[in-house]
Amino acid sequence: MSTLASIGDAGATFSLDGKDVPFEPGETILQAARRAGRYIPHLCWHPDFHPQGSCRVCTVKVEGRAGSACTLQAAAGKVVESNTDALNAERKMLLQMLFVEGNHFCPACEKSGNCLLQATAYEIGMEDVRFEEFYPYRPIDASHPDLLIDFNRCIMCELCVRASHDIDGKNVFAIAGHGIGTHLVVNSMSGKLGDTDMALTDRAASICPVGAILPKRRGFVIPIGVRRYDSHTAADPDTQEAS
Amino acid sequence: MVSVQGVLSTPAGFQSEAIDALLLRYRRDPHALVQILREAQAQHTWLPRELLDYLAGALGLTLAHVEGVATFYRFFHTRPVGEYRVLFSDNITDRMLGNAALLANLCQRLRVERGRMRADGRVSVDFCSCTGLCDQGPSLLINHHQVVTRVDAGRIAEIADLIESRVPPAAWPTPWFCVEDHIRRADVLLGSPFQPGTAIAAALTRGAPALVGEMGVSNLRGRGGAGFATGKKWALCRDAKGRDHYIVCNADEGEPGTFKDRVLLTRDPDMVFEGMTIGALAIGAQHGMMYLRGEYRYMLAPLQKVLQQRRDCNLLGVSIQGHTGFDFDIDIHIGAGAYVCGEESSLIESLEGKRGTPRIRPPFPAEHGYLGQPSAVDNVETLCAATHIALRGGAWWAAIGTRNSTGTSLHSVSGDCERPGIYEYPMGTSIDRILEDCGARDTQAVQVGGPSGKCLSALEFGRCIAFEDVPSAGAFMVFDRSRDMFEVARNYAGFFAEESCGFCTPCRVGTALVVRSMDKLAAGRGSRHDVDLLSDIDKLMHGTTHCGLGGSACNALHDTIVKFRPSYERRLKSLQFEPAFDLDAELADARHASGRYDAAAHLESTT
Repeated sequence: MSTLASIGDAGATFSLDGKDVPFEPGETILQAARRAGRYIPHLCWHPDFHPQGSCRVCTVKVEGRAGSACTLQAAAGKVVESNTDALNAERKMLLQMLFVEGNHFCPACEKSGNCLLQATAYEIGMEDVRFEEFYPYRPIDASHPDLLIDFNRCIMCELCVRASHDIDGKNVFAIAGHGIGTHLVVNSMSGKLGDTDMALTDRAASICPVGAILPKRRGFVIPIGVRRYDSHTAADPDTQEAS
Repeated sequence: MVSVQGVLSTPAGFQSEAIDALLLRYRRDPHALVQILREAQAQHTWLPRELLDYLAGALGLTLAHVEGVATFYRFFHTRPVGEYRVLFSDNITDRMLGNAALLANLCQRLRVERGRMRADGRVSVDFCSCTGLCDQGPSLLINHHQVVTRVDAGRIAEIADLIESRVPPAAWPTPWFCVEDHIRRADVLLGSPFQPGTAIAAALTRGAPALVGEMGVSNLRGRGGAGFATGKKWALCRDAKGRDHYIVCNADEGEPGTFKDRVLLTRDPDMVFEGMTIGALAIGAQHGMMYLRGEYRYMLAPLQKVLQQRRDCNLLGVSIQGHTGFDFDIDIHIGAGAYVCGEESSLIESLEGKRGTPRIRPPFPAEHGYLGQPSAVDNVETLCAATHIALRGGAWWAAIGTRNSTGTSLHSVSGDCERPGIYEYPMGTSIDRILEDCGARDTQAVQVGGPSGKCLSALEFGRCIAFEDVPSAGAFMVFDRSRDMFEVARNYAGFFAEESCGFCTPCRVGTALVVRSMDKLAAGRGSRHDVDLLSDIDKLMHGTTHCGLGGSACNALHDTIVKFRPSYERRLKSLQFEPAFDLDAELADARHASGRYDAAAHLESTT
């Protein structure tokens, strides 16, 4: 109800961890916080796309009630908690779950240093994976001349699905399966990327926050030490997303 | 390989003419994808990739999208499963009745491994989630269509012979398909005779605004679990702007241990359809949809017959009961094995032919539902209650039960008791009373509302079923003192892992981690660390999941850890920490390669 009341109410703000955040009508908590240079950890949300609310890393408490900041509408006067020990402990567990679900070997990954999952884990202070690893068997798709898909690193954020649909207009990707067997699929009879019309210049080719979709023949073009998250953190206003 | 300029070669051998006829019947509507897949599979026993591609082309969808939908539902198969697909319902009550031994017996007779198709393509055998026949289990589901109740070793032997001699399931002994109502206690819903058309007439006399008013006065709250006030929902939906309004009956009764809706739909489907019709009058809908769970596929023909009778009697169709402008009809959609579709926004996604992933809410379906239009989604029992309220008024209903929980509610009683079946009581009835009436003795625990509900110990049997005390979506599973409550929780954990839609991190990974930890404890290899880990996952899932399924997936785990902790602790190998890694188990490959299975080939004797 207060959402409706605040529409058209210029100068409306909500409180995020004790500091006011201004918002425009229709904005979500995360959109407004991001625009104000504030940080609410997130993986599946990106300012260029409609929110999906699946990674749950942006979970906040609005007056005691939990919800994802990327889908909750900002409302005037609301008290939002994000950077608390309890919420950061939950975020850490969610990140640990994502790490054990796939096969994430940072030292051998070309995305290391540019990876939002890795940077967020550093930011949250994740020092181990806590849970038993699943070590799933997920073959790599190297069929495309310019792009590689390493499904081992996919975190099901669906940013590539959204980018291919919304911007590239190609619908190259979709999500299949259910439960722990949920996985990304490619739209071709063979199921291989090489049999689609995906191009290196597509938005879907560069949106991946982890090392699941990578350009071929670009290993160590940017040396370790000068990568995105070597000099920035996931909390910095300009590097809250991997691309 | 696939369709080229309309010419189809079919390496997987599906009949494109039959598929074309099917597509035509659904007017090539992509929103009918789930129904089309279901019927295509019924023709072909499974869904080859070529067939998915053909459907995608015909419906203007991508193959990846169709693949995503086909692999979401447990009853769709993108690999062959054989001419006979035999599924054993695997609720804890089926377990208690010995379903695992019966499954092993059948597999042995048919020389087939569980979960794998026999090499000759004849048969596959597996477990499935609760089929809603707990009062007459163990039960089977054959080819996602026929159900077999009261399975015993004798029936297993006969079933094996029938499958070997390729007798079609429709020709199996009819008494096997008999599904009893087992109504043990009737109150106003089950006990009052109902004449089709009378509630519509009463509603028309009253007029739509007054009808919604009566629903408000009755204070009826939804019986599907969420408990939202029906009158309020109808008023919201009526007032929401939209091209069309829809009324949807949620007959996706997937909560394990719940079978009340099955009985209502069998015994008095007119009462349900009449509830939908007065709901349509209230919100201004012309279209109604019933979402019937795939496990209840066997009810489709009788339900459609009732719909036809109602059309013949002018209780559906144009100008219902001669009332110009009151046009309404009902379609039945069949689910395909996905518990999460009982959640109303997932149900709507499924009706639209998509994966049953819960939507971001708000907006709620009452404002933004089927095809983006205002839609009221109501449970079967809720609609039956609405029918009676239309007839007898809101005050009559409000006088039954308690102030906050009006009317009666139905309980599906199963487990350790003499008289399992359906019990209708006024709201506010105590657990003790129900236990006494159903002939339960030496009861240790009751799981009220199914795995997502509450597990109550003997200390709490004085509590009452009501929204303000112990809410229930209709399941009432009884466990006597011989039962191991850890195994009860482990069965439920397996259920939630199987039924997680996989959309959000905490539920997708959390439910799988819970199963792993419970299995580790069951194998006698756990430690207190594992129990603490389970408690932490429970807390996480309560606060972070996308929908209520994930939020409640650890309820039984939580309750049993708190109330029946010894059943966990007696399994612990040490009180500190045991690694998940099991060196002896890792050596299994080496033992297999060397053909050595004797005690000396193990690190330590585990027996």
